[in-house]
Amino acid sequence: MARAVSSRAKVGYTVAAWIVALLIFFPILYTIITSLKSEQEAIAGFDLIPSFTLESFRAVQTQNDYWKPFTNSVILSIGSTLLALVVAIPAAWAMAFSPTKRTKDILMWMLSTKMMPAVAVLVPIYLIFLRTGLMDTRIGLTVMLMLINLPIVVWMLYTYFREIPGEILEAARMDGATLRDEIIHVLTPMAIPGIASTLLLNVILAWNEAFWTIQLTTTNAAPLSAFIASFSSPQGLFWAKLSAASVLAIAPILILGWFSQKQLVRGLTFGAVK
Amino acid sequence: MATRQTASLARLMRAPAIILLLIWMIVPLGMTLYYSFLNYNLLNPAGTSWAGWFNYRYFYTDPAFFDAIRNTLVLVLGVLVITVVGGIAIALLIDKPIWGQGIVRILIISPFFVMPPVAALIWKNMIMHPSYGVFADIAKFFGAQPVDWFAQFPLTSIIIIVAWQWLPFATLILLTALQSLDGEQMEAAEMDGAGALSRFIHLTLPHMARAITVVILIQTIFLLGIYAEILVTTNGGPGNASTNLTYLIYRAARLNFDIGGAAAGGIIAVILANLVAIFLMRAVGKNLD
Repeated sequence: MARAVSSRAKVGYTVAAWIVALLIFFPILYTIITSLKSEQEAIAGFDLIPSFTLESFRAVQTQNDYWKPFTNSVILSIGSTLLALVVAIPAAWAMAFSPTKRTKDILMWMLSTKMMPAVAVLVPIYLIFLRTGLMDTRIGLTVMLMLINLPIVVWMLYTYFREIPGEILEAARMDGATLRDEIIHVLTPMAIPGIASTLLLNVILAWNEAFWTIQLTTTNAAPLSAFIASFSSPQGLFWAKLSAASVLAIAPILILGWFSQKQLVRGLTFGAVK
Repeated sequence: MATRQTASLARLMRAPAIILLLIWMIVPLGMTLYYSFLNYNLLNPAGTSWAGWFNYRYFYTDPAFFDAIRNTLVLVLGVLVITVVGGIAIALLIDKPIWGQGIVRILIISPFFVMPPVAALIWKNMIMHPSYGVFADIAKFFGAQPVDWFAQFPLTSIIIIVAWQWLPFATLILLTALQSLDGEQMEAAEMDGAGALSRFIHLTLPHMARAITVVILIQTIFLLGIYAEILVTTNGGPGNASTNLTYLIYRAARLNFDIGGAAAGGIIAVILANLVAIFLMRAVGKNLD
């Protein structure tokens, strides 16, 4: 829009937008501030200036063995996403480049599996995990997270792959490229951005998953989402420590998330809004 | 070059994903359906017997079930109204020329990346706590009695938390739709003397209609399954005041060990979700061609 806007209007919009943005961000900001306070400061009433102590961060790491759930979160989110990609890339590739009459139906059916409420299969999954010894294991939870995100992964990859123009393939073939050349030199470079976007969004979704992680873990395989949920009762009284644990749990994904705004829209609307 | 060879290769490439999802969809759901007709309690597995429709009838006569259905609907509708109306307003605002738009966007999108248990704990302890929360500090500053949010307004408190988590999503999607709006058309309408409100109603809103539909439908799927926020704040209470269907089923399965009852509840949840899904599939399906 190349409309001229008076600078007075711009100041007004800017002030309003910043007030809204800071109000929305405030709970996160205040948690970061509280994490830098001592426990006494944290409950001493409203104060935006902390004493910048790192004692709560140290306490979370020593007393609560923070690194174990952190490691689990990293392994589970990345592992489940990679596993999903291994299954989904060939499928999305085939549907994008060799579509059949049923491709659309298959995609819609895959999407429909995402509509199944998790709680509807809580009972069988819980019992299967109990009886097969998968309960509280990383491998069991990795497979679970892979399955629940697989439809989104296939869909995202499909929408990206479909944008790779077919003419480029034809041109490569005219130049005498073999199938192997096609895949390595033409398709792969064009597909990598889409795969990277898909990876990013699904790591975020898996990191923040908080139904199955709470249901299917106790201590060994518990990622940060289950670890933090266990803070709700006894240790909830330690404000600064709770804040430090929260900051550590959300910081990595918050930063990843800032880079994935576009993919977020596309991935979560199944390509319906771009 | 759709030779027979590439066609069979394509089939081979599709197969693993399809088979996995097929198993994932059929096996657990089939088991849930089977369990829903059993008297089966994990505390007394030897006493397992065929129950017929008992589990469903039990749900139907249990007042907690209707509380849960009502709470589920209030939760979903409450969050939808806040996020859609708020999302439109905020998207319109940050689509204007402003300084620092990139940072404003980052600040607004952030809550979406906060995992549900953390979001709930932040609000429970930092913001809404009756003694140490920011709301209590504000109340004290004005000499008012602080509100004990989770005791007095349990469902409203959860709606506030969940709306805070989903407002960024709605805003981001509506903003994306807004940015594809034809600027020239807007200008033409302005030249013809159309006021800001009339431009919004006749141009902007119709343009965003599909994005709004998508926001409503996708959020509904996730909102029907709200769980962690309830677990760490109210535990569904006081009484059943903040128990939704997901939480009710969780309680039956994990706290009462009532496998049959929980399974019947699960089947009811599937039926509810499918009603929503039918509409979503139509909206998304149109975009495929």
